[in-house]
Amino acid sequence: MSQKQNTYSAVDEVGAVTEQRTFLKRILIDLRKAPYTARFGILIIFIYITVALFAPILSPYGEAEVFPEPYAAWSSTHVFGTDQIGRDIFSRMIYGARNTVGIAVATTVLAFLIGGVLGLAAAINRSYLDQFLSRTVDVLMAIPSLIFALVLLSIFGSTVTNLILIIAVLDSTRVFRLTRAVSLNVVVMDYVEAARLRGEGLGWIMRREILPNILPPLIAEFGLRFCFVFLTIAALSFLGVGIQPPTADWGSMVRENASLIMFAQYDIKAGLTPLLPAAAIALLTVAINFVVDWFLHKTSGLRDEI
Amino acid sequence: MKFNSQNDDVLLDVKDIKIQGFSDEKWHDIVKGVNLTLRRGEVMGLIGESGAGKSTLGLAAMGYTQPGCRIIGGEVNFDGTDLAQLSDVEKRSYWGNRMTYVAQSAAASFNPAHRLIEQTTASTIRAGIKTKSEAYSDAQSLYDALNLPDPNNIGIRYPHQVSGGQLQRVMTAMAMSPRPDLIVFDEPTTALDVTTQVEVLSSMRAIVEEFNTAAIYITHDLAVVAQMADVIKVLRFGEEVEEAATRQMLSHPKEAYTKSLWSVRTLEKPVRAPANSVLSLTGIDAAYGRTKVLHQVNIEVPKGSTVAVVGESGSGKSTTARVITGLLPQSAGSLKFEGKNLPPRLADRSKDQKRRIQMIYQMADTAMNPRQTVKEIIGRPLEFYLNMRGQRKTDRVIELLEMIELDEKFLERLPEELSGGQKQRICIARALAAEPDFIICDEVTSALDQIVQEGILKLLLRLQENLGLTYLFITHDISTVQAIADQVVVMNEGKVVEQGLKDDVFQAPHPAYTELLLSSVPEMDPDWLSKLTQKRSIFRS
Repeated sequence: MSQKQNTYSAVDEVGAVTEQRTFLKRILIDLRKAPYTARFGILIIFIYITVALFAPILSPYGEAEVFPEPYAAWSSTHVFGTDQIGRDIFSRMIYGARNTVGIAVATTVLAFLIGGVLGLAAAINRSYLDQFLSRTVDVLMAIPSLIFALVLLSIFGSTVTNLILIIAVLDSTRVFRLTRAVSLNVVVMDYVEAARLRGEGLGWIMRREILPNILPPLIAEFGLRFCFVFLTIAALSFLGVGIQPPTADWGSMVRENASLIMFAQYDIKAGLTPLLPAAAIALLTVAINFVVDWFLHKTSGLRDEI
Repeated sequence: MKFNSQNDDVLLDVKDIKIQGFSDEKWHDIVKGVNLTLRRGEVMGLIGESGAGKSTLGLAAMGYTQPGCRIIGGEVNFDGTDLAQLSDVEKRSYWGNRMTYVAQSAAASFNPAHRLIEQTTASTIRAGIKTKSEAYSDAQSLYDALNLPDPNNIGIRYPHQVSGGQLQRVMTAMAMSPRPDLIVFDEPTTALDVTTQVEVLSSMRAIVEEFNTAAIYITHDLAVVAQMADVIKVLRFGEEVEEAATRQMLSHPKEAYTKSLWSVRTLEKPVRAPANSVLSLTGIDAAYGRTKVLHQVNIEVPKGSTVAVVGESGSGKSTTARVITGLLPQSAGSLKFEGKNLPPRLADRSKDQKRRIQMIYQMADTAMNPRQTVKEIIGRPLEFYLNMRGQRKTDRVIELLEMIELDEKFLERLPEELSGGQKQRICIARALAAEPDFIICDEVTSALDQIVQEGILKLLLRLQENLGLTYLFITHDISTVQAIADQVVVMNEGKVVEQGLKDDVFQAPHPAYTELLLSSVPEMDPDWLSKLTQKRSIFRS
């Protein structure tokens, strides 16, 4: 009797086991538990993506279509009026979503590719490569990024490709730092040593052993970085070196119609016109931050790393 | 009359205490109605596996619960007051004054920015028991009573300037400083080496006896509790298994569970005749930067046997393992595997050489990627070394799981869904998957409970029997050596002190260091510590 009580079985050691869930199921459960702010953020982001994807269908007029009346008032033909050379502002707002958001996404993805790969490599290598990359990043970060971007854009010219490349490289410095810092905590783990002893290559250790474990902070950072890139592009466009006309872009739309603000005392709607693209930027930024906050909250203990 | 006088002596009376903890969005019972009575000057040992609720109960005896826990029923009567009914502010007049606490990790519990003596006396001065100068001179006499070196000046040091064992004794002085009625010791010697543990234990016991302080001593090590406690209470799953006076408990445990705790230490492996060496280290030197950690290490590992490397922390046993695996290339000496030279650097070794030497780590938690399933963890060496894919790989993983006494239900689990013992088994399976000849086991059982340890050791022995494996077993625990080793290598300060067959090493005469190490291993005899300290003091004088 007592013999039986004492028999030890490894299988029985843990009684209750949590149910295995698929990735989709886990996301749905998370969404159901999400706070209202996060749901609102997700909804707004979803709307922006739809608008950007279906811009030609949704917009009443073309992106660069010029109408005879400049600075037209809000009416049924031109919902938000026309701009200084007679282009429909509503249509340009819709196209602006496509251009501004598209460029911002491309830039952020590129920044994460560069910064992430180099950051991981530096964290694993920890010798001359780490020193070289870290010091280069220090130098790049020492120069105010907006001014640096202005200089580079005026040297290389303001094409969309240059814009994406330059902002991506400048932003990748911050991604590099974050990736390196969070990877350093993972690199010292025994399972990374075990992978090394097995003889795994750098690529495997980066992708399979470290990346999955540092993904939460990186995704959160992705959201924040996206907002900053977005604002940088808008700022550069406002200064005139960003996205070039006639391509519609929210930043330059604010600049081009800025003088209308003075007419607010005569016609409140006309005064609001230049603020519409600014509001579009602000709304997206707020929405993304709601989602990021929720994500940061879910993976707590992260806030002090950023 | 006798009844009355005994009743007067009761200091702490915990009645039917129930505590819950919050996890996975639910409240779980941690302690399910336990009674505990402690008289003045009495030491009670609380013993049980991890998760038995012993720390939670120990803290509850002070009216305290950790964040995320709550007391849902019962009384904690301390000297006539029910602490469970008091507010935090009222309880604070008891804490650090009439009851104090000694935590497991002294290094993590001291504030690195303040001097030891300031921290030792802080609560005493705050409670207004003594003035600053009184408290300071008292602290110095406590340091002296605890056998700390240079008791008058050690207090002005900072925590990082003294050793772990000294720090643990300073913490005991801190707990003793306000002359409390009750001290709760929560595994105070678990993190220490055996030779240090002896000194800490004897000074703790002496000081508790001197001031007639009641104490609760929480531990999972029976031999330790046998030295300290008057009464032992065994806990399991938040419930009391049994309680008895120490001697009675050791000689006649009543419950089957208690007996099973006792039986673990009796595992012993018959010694095998030595065969040809599979691995030999000759004149190995190794250094971290400029600090030399290994000096002329020679070790021979016979094929199919287990060589246990024993020593305290800092003796160079883990460094030896790093040299063998190629993570730390040796600065001198040669490494031969099956008669052939093994390149010092991991990068210069062939895939086959890497496959044949595998390693199992102390902390199974950090040895497995938390984002990979059991199938991925065990499957990767199969894929990497043996080129197995698809169904063949899955079948082999299931086969390996069965070898370690688990089954295919575990395939899709993540490490966090496994218990400590199961995790270590998965790590063993991962090492086996590579079909190695030689496995380095780095303290593989020291983070586990006694019963689970026994299971893992038996598994390792069975695998050795069936697969003809050779183990290099790094450990600081002598009872583990008894259980598994054929040969023993004793290391100290980066040198091999003694090596040979287990029976030869364990039989006198020993070199002085082996003698010290072996005699420091706690025995299940309640008089062991007294005899040992007596013997050593005679030896010294």
